[in-house]
Amino acid sequence: MQSKTKDKKLVNQFYFVLPSLSINESVSRAVTGAFCAQMNPTIEELADIKCSVSEAVTNCIVHAYRYAPGDIYITVSLYSNRSLRIVIRDKGVGIDDIKAARAPLFTTDTTGERSGMGFAVMESFMDKVKVLSHPGKGTKITLFKQLSDPSEAVKNQ
Amino acid sequence: MIRESATVTVNNTDTCLIVTINGDIDHHSARTIRERIDSELFFYRPPLLVLNLKNVDFMDSSGLGLILGRQSRAHELGCAFKVINCSPRTRKIFELAGLERIVDIVDTE
Repeated sequence: MQSKTKDKKLVNQFYFVLPSLSINESVSRAVTGAFCAQMNPTIEELADIKCSVSEAVTNCIVHAYRYAPGDIYITVSLYSNRSLRIVIRDKGVGIDDIKAARAPLFTTDTTGERSGMGFAVMESFMDKVKVLSHPGKGTKITLFKQLSDPSEAVKNQ
Repeated sequence: MIRESATVTVNNTDTCLIVTINGDIDHHSARTIRERIDSELFFYRPPLLVLNLKNVDFMDSSGLGLILGRQSRAHELGCAFKVINCSPRTRKIFELAGLERIVDIVDTE
């Protein structure tokens, strides 16, 4: 995807693939957090990012690869205007009704203790959440976040 | 082989069973935490179950299911339920789900 404006250039990018093991929920958020740290986000912003990645990866493990394990593909892109984009992709079962899936408290997992708040958390902690899914083929979640300007934070103190 | 991302410490007194969760609460760790709390709850059958989140570094929405589930399990046994030492970060997720209307949650003092 090309950046729309001149002042938004891709400055760094990190791509990694992890198998759908639940231990990789903590691995994926730690790795993403470590990579995003170079942008000097606030502690709050970093926690928002880590939590959202955790939710998306958990969805891949619990839902997409419910019947058969597979790989989770994560791309973290950092832009010059202090925005970031995280793409979490799977080749799992896909989502039949995206609108329903995004609704708070919706869950297809009735056996476990899932709250159905995954998308609500992502939407609350990130600026924008895009969901693209093809049933039987997989799902692509794109998370966007604009980080605050550290110089502004100093001024406001 | 694989390290657990969270551990549970249990302290039982005459009046309550205090369960302290140490580490991260996510879908992976929730299972171990749930099994541990439930077995302690069934063993001690205390009048009050207190969930101490003081040492929780990270929690995602998996924590919501975990806490709601423990509350209903406690209530099934006629045991009161309370969450203590909730960090601002954890509270943010609770508020998103409106959990503070259903569960007795006390912030970090």
